[in-house]
Amino acid sequence: MSRALRFVPLALLLVLIAGLVWRLATPADTTVGSKLAGKPVPAFRLPAALSGKPGLSSQDLATGKPRLVNIFASWCLPCIQEVKVLERLKARGVAIDGIAVRDRPEDVADFLARRGDPYERIGSDLQSQVQIALGSSGVPESFVVDGRGIIRYQHIGAVTERDVPTILARLEQAK
Amino acid sequence: MIAEAGLAALWLAAGLAALQLVLAVAALRAGTAAGRTMRAVAIIQGGLTLTAFVMLLVVFVRTDLSVALVVENSHSAKPFVYKLAGAWGNHEGSMLLWVTVLAVAGAFLAALSRRLGERTMIATLGSQAALALGFYAFLLIASNPFARLNPAPPEGQGLNPLLQDPGLAFHPPTLYFGYVGLSVAFSLAFGALLTNEVDARLARAMRPWVLAAWIFLTFGITAGSYWAYYELGWGGYWFWDPVENASLMPWLAATALLHSINVLAARGALKAWTMMLAVVGFSMSMVGTFLVRSGVLTSVHAFAIDPQRGTFLLGLLALYVGAAFALFAWRGASLKEGAPFELVSRETGLVINNLLLSVILGLVFVGTLYPLFVEAVTGEKLSVGAPYFNLVAGPLALILAVLVGVGPLLAWRRERRPVFRLLTVPALLGVGALVISIILWPGMTVLPRLGLTVAAYLAVASILPLVVRNPLRAPLATWGMVVAHFGIAVALAGMAANAAFTSETLAVARPGERLAVGPWLVQLEQVVPTAGPNWTALEGQLSASRGDPPVTLAPQSRYFRDPPMETNEAAIATFWNGQLYTVIGKPDGEGGWQLRLWWKPFVTLIWLGGGMIGLGGALALSGRLWRSRRRRIAAEWRKERYA
Repeated sequence: MSRALRFVPLALLLVLIAGLVWRLATPADTTVGSKLAGKPVPAFRLPAALSGKPGLSSQDLATGKPRLVNIFASWCLPCIQEVKVLERLKARGVAIDGIAVRDRPEDVADFLARRGDPYERIGSDLQSQVQIALGSSGVPESFVVDGRGIIRYQHIGAVTERDVPTILARLEQAK
Repeated sequence: MIAEAGLAALWLAAGLAALQLVLAVAALRAGTAAGRTMRAVAIIQGGLTLTAFVMLLVVFVRTDLSVALVVENSHSAKPFVYKLAGAWGNHEGSMLLWVTVLAVAGAFLAALSRRLGERTMIATLGSQAALALGFYAFLLIASNPFARLNPAPPEGQGLNPLLQDPGLAFHPPTLYFGYVGLSVAFSLAFGALLTNEVDARLARAMRPWVLAAWIFLTFGITAGSYWAYYELGWGGYWFWDPVENASLMPWLAATALLHSINVLAARGALKAWTMMLAVVGFSMSMVGTFLVRSGVLTSVHAFAIDPQRGTFLLGLLALYVGAAFALFAWRGASLKEGAPFELVSRETGLVINNLLLSVILGLVFVGTLYPLFVEAVTGEKLSVGAPYFNLVAGPLALILAVLVGVGPLLAWRRERRPVFRLLTVPALLGVGALVISIILWPGMTVLPRLGLTVAAYLAVASILPLVVRNPLRAPLATWGMVVAHFGIAVALAGMAANAAFTSETLAVARPGERLAVGPWLVQLEQVVPTAGPNWTALEGQLSASRGDPPVTLAPQSRYFRDPPMETNEAAIATFWNGQLYTVIGKPDGEGGWQLRLWWKPFVTLIWLGGGMIGLGGALALSGRLWRSRRRRIAAEWRKERYA
């Protein structure tokens, strides 16, 4: 067997390892650039997800002040961790609205009572139609919407403590 | 106490693995005979690791909530089987299972293998110890399964409901036996390359291990595919996602190895290639484990990514595969190829088989890692989906299936007989199937049509090796090969039929309403609440008929409390000619319910074929073991008699 050929596997392995090392070294980037960033929120009107809290429509998002729209569900595990972080954001003055995806009113109420409630308004998106229109493919996801109702930033996955500075910075930029 | 005992056993085993490695290096350098000691050490090391794993099982069965892993993955209200399965349904536990299989396989190798020369045996056990040592370090430093939690919480967080299924409870262990069984082939190749003893004897020693690992992989993949089919509720059996590819790649390498090793055993040829495959097989297992465990390739919705673990696994991967490839490059020159062969021969057939399998392996590998490299180069994010894999792997797999009918008929070294005449009948059947499909279903797409054609041809061609000789006198290994090759035809027919003939209905139905799917009329009778040990559910009661007395089905939308999660339990009715697959979704709020119905003709053939492929392997393995045992007994008898 020729000498060069014998070293091919080793060379390929080195390339592969280099690629994987690079991948591990770059922090996992969960911000898939939203196709909708810079575009206005698509028009929608969602009914209230539970009694005692108003529903959510696209007009409610253009209030002159940046808002965080959080897509969540009572059946979503990471949302349980996330809601605590959102409560802390709320304590720092962030206005947060929720879209409950494929959820039942009693489950949403139970979730809010047990896990925390940072939301001003919650719309019920039974068929995921608004979620899809927003370009979100999973739960949870969050959007920074500026005062004119334009999407500025999409965060995929749960908002963790580590994401708080990014979210606050994006909200600041959206002012 | 039990958790501490398990941890202690693990540390002791790691110490013994280090000792085993040191002994091997010393023995190889000084040329001393450390074989007996090393075998004993390997066996004790395997026993200790097994003890640690049993301790973990005990901790889970008792739901000991002072152990962090139990808290995170179990719950006192869970059924017994799933408490047990919870032990390996998580990162730490599954890595302990991985090490356990590695160490126990090493122990069996030490206890059973008598074919090898002393030096190669020492080098092999040394290599196995080096593998084990790395994974012990990984467990003890980065993934301790026995870590305590203080104070202990009153209740655990539960196991992902999707995993609470008998099929899945035993699916990971089966796959792990396969993945890690390949480590023995890796160590044997490494040892033989080190001592320059790559020969037919090595191939015969390696063959049962490869075969056994391959059988487990085959059954594991087949079972996993069926689990995905009925549990995920999407009606698909293979999604080409990274986790599935991680199990497919070692299988492809093992399948190629399984065939090339016969050439080495029978003819002393394909030495370098076979050693390469033996290394690649276990490397693919490690790559797969790395991809799944590091979170590098999971989708953007992956939540638990631990860079430390990923780095550790990558280091092990680079170390082991790098060492093996470097040794291969260094020793490759000294691998003298064995007996020559002509163009039309069994050897050529097996070489083509290997090339095709390797190309498919390469394509799946590239497809799986492609998104990673595109992102590294251009920063763009994309995913490679089923259309790519079907397009590139499908045609190659079909060509391979055609050759599966030819290869086993050819003689070693050179074929002078007119064997291709034997293939007239199968070829005519294939053409017949093609013509019939064109007449009956002109709209069918290309791949399913060719799939049906090749399946019809291969169903007959695969049994020719038994027809051309007296089937009762054929060795069990030949029977095994025929059963496995026939299984390919069966699975292929199932895949083609599923792709071509599936009918699907998605609709909202009110109780009393009827929906049509394929030849069936399905009526939603009513929706009732029901409950299980740790879930509540809404159950749709369906009655389906196609002229005969109706069949009742009860798909459920289940709601698990710990952890809170909803799953769809599909209800499937199986008939000789297909499956009726039903899923109930959400209510529309106005008295209607989402129903998804599929009629999938002959879909069961996919798993039946997969099972036959694995069964064929099992037949071949028992035939080989039986034969070598008989030979050994005969040799001992002769020795006694003439001593």
